[in-house]
This record gives sequence, C-alpha cells and structure tokens, in this order.
Amino acid sequence: MSDVRNVIIIGSGPSGYTAALYTARASLKPLVFEGAVTAGGALMNTTEVENFPGYRDGIMGPELMDNMRAQAERFGAELVPDDVIAVDLTGDIKTVTDSEGTVHRARAVIVATGSQHRKLDLPNEDKLSGRGVSWCATCDGFFFRDQDIAVVGGGDTALEEATFLSRFAKSVTVIHRRNSLRASKAMQERAFADPKITFAWDSAVEEIHGDPKLSGLTLRDTNTGDLRELPVTGLFIAIGHDPRTELFKGQLELDAEGYLKVEAPSTRTNVPGVFAAGDVVDHTYRQAITAAGTGCSAALDAERYLAALSDADEAPAAVVAV
Amino acid sequence: MAGATKEVTDATFDAEVLKSDKPVLVDFWATWCGPCRQVAPVLEDIAAEHADKLTVVKLDVDANQETAAAYNVISIPTLNVYKGGELVKTITGARPKAALLRELAEYL
Repeated sequence: MSDVRNVIIIGSGPSGYTAALYTARASLKPLVFEGAVTAGGALMNTTEVENFPGYRDGIMGPELMDNMRAQAERFGAELVPDDVIAVDLTGDIKTVTDSEGTVHRARAVIVATGSQHRKLDLPNEDKLSGRGVSWCATCDGFFFRDQDIAVVGGGDTALEEATFLSRFAKSVTVIHRRNSLRASKAMQERAFADPKITFAWDSAVEEIHGDPKLSGLTLRDTNTGDLRELPVTGLFIAIGHDPRTELFKGQLELDAEGYLKVEAPSTRTNVPGVFAAGDVVDHTYRQAITAAGTGCSAALDAERYLAALSDADEAPAAVVAV
Repeated sequence: MAGATKEVTDATFDAEVLKSDKPVLVDFWATWCGPCRQVAPVLEDIAAEHADKLTVVKLDVDANQETAAAYNVISIPTLNVYKGGELVKTITGARPKAALLRELAEYL
C-alpha cells in the first residue's frame, strides 16, 4: 500500500491543472490523474482561444493546456497520464484506483473530471462515427474540403465549429432546435456574416443516413413535424456536454442532471475532504477561465481542510502538555 | 517524438506498411489534432511493448494526403492495421491503452 498523500486531483483541464498548480505551490505535492486519452481536457479539441485573459493575441487550445501543465509540473505536481477506474471517498483516508489496479491514498481529493460530448442517440450515429459523423471539427474538418456539411447545436461550440469548418467546406448548415441561439453575440455575428453558413432553424436531426459513409440527414421541423432531407457528407455534433460523474455515483451527491453538488461559493462536496471544480460542477458558465477559477478555489479549500486536520491532530498533544 | 514509432509517407507506405512481414498499425494523425496528441504516448507504449509482433508507424495526413484519401480516412486519429498488404482493422478516435490493447489483441 502506498503512503497517504495530502491530495489527489482527478482530471486535467484548466480546472485540474490550476488546482495542481496551487496545491503544488503550497507544497502539498499533488498527484494528478490526467486521464489516459483525455489529458488536457476539452480545450485539446479547440483551435484559437481568444477569451483567456492574458493572451491578448489568442492562443491555441492545446498550447494553452501544455503551458498550464508545465506550470503545475514546475512546482512539483506529479502528473500521471492515466485513468481512475474506482474511488472510495467516504472515509478520512480516500482511495483512488488507477487503470492498472494500483490503489493510491490521500486525505483530500479534488474532482475535476469535466464533461463529455453528448450524443444525439440516433441509430447509425455510432456506426458512421469516423465515417462522416464527428465530434471534433478541428480534427476532421480538413477532410471535408469542398463538401456540404452540417453542424448540429446552437451554442458557442456549434458556432465555433461552423466558422472553423467554413474554411474548408463548400457549405455549412447549422441545425438548431429553436429559432434563436444560445451562443455569445460575438460568435453569432461571425457566423451570420459568413457567406458559407446557413441555418436550419426549428430543426432536429431525425435520422442519419449512409452506408458505408454518411450521405445525408432527415430533419424534422420542431413546430410542424414536417420532414425534409439534407444531403451532407459530414455531420459535426455539438449539442452540449454531460458531466463525467459515473465514478462518483453513490458516494458524492449529484443533482438531477448528474452534476456534482457543492456548497457554493465553496467547492466542498457533501463528503468532507472531497472538493469539486470545473465543468463537472458548472451548469452555467463552462469557460476555461471559470474552470481555472474554481480549480484555484478547490485547491485553497483543500489546503484549509488539510491545515484543520493537522491542527486537530496536534490538539490532543497540546492538552496533554497542559 | 523519436521513440518506438516511425514516420511513414506516401512514398514509403508501400514498402514499409503493405510489404511488411509483420502486421503494421498506422496512426493517421496531424499536428493540429488534439486527440492525436493525447493518444500518441499510448501508441509509443504499445509500440515499445509489442515490437516483436506489431510495427507501429505514424502518417501525417497533412503531408501525405494520397494515402489518407486512398483509405478513406476522414477522421483522425484513425488507427489502421495492415497485414499482408490488406487493411484488416480500423479504429477511429483516441482510446485508453487498455481499450486499444483489447481491440488489437489478435495482432499482439
């Protein structure tokens, strides 16, 4: 059995790396499970990040994450590119099991597991994944040069993907269930001004067609129920994210949508010594900077919790001395 | 990264992949693909640990569009296994090491 650490951080987006940076600078020697193929988090799938303060000319998402990682490592964070497959958070000493079955122990755990892409849950979606259906415009956009493609979704991610994809594609149709967008004004203006982007308002994807590659979609009008065909060779799905909380079910309190509950404005979960930060908690903002911000809060909360524990340990000795 | 995986190109694909005696896993990737960067260390590990059974190579789709197009690669990372000159397995998207090892079990 390994020694008991001060703190283990699960997750490695802006939130996990910021928590790692702060706890490392506080000499808590954090152990960070970055995820086997998810290290760096959602920003690894983005291109230019224009709204992270301090980078006045913007920075590429993967580069920003490399910087955060290196900064945490510089102060002694121990970074492990592995997944956590089990946790036991209920006792004073928490255990975290990695993919090889090794059990790690710590007094405090910071959960920053973020979120994962939501699926449409349609037949053919998995079968055509990688054959025209994609969740990563920056990865796959390049292959759709001069083709007609579609993006489904109405938030910032959908519009960012649509404007990115219009560089390559012949046309980009944004499919959205309502007739107005959730995306920021800046993103909307950019998309509306783009001559290659058109909008299919009040529309939902009803069916995905193609064998062996994607050939088209059936769209349903969300008001009238009318169906129509949209021939496309690419479909990029950007309908939002679900929190990654599978590991914590039955141990940490989740809300109805599966997000971890914290005693806001702190990052304390319902279990003492367990803190949560970033998109796994956040329904509302879901930005790199807000994730980094709550990652910092979680580190400070964990630091205080550990300090209180060691005070409590010393207290009986003090009584004896008197 | 100079490690257990080697770069192949449109020009060397035939000799290094199709004519190889051993099965070859080709990682179709690009510098701008985040998930490709995330899965790269996993492939390095697999290459190092299973060098006797499987050769692992990387093909940059930006610089080698002919091969990517010939095999209908439209999503990266795509991991194709070739055996005796034939494409025998396609995995699209980054996976954790354990999941990749399971998918590749018959070639290891």
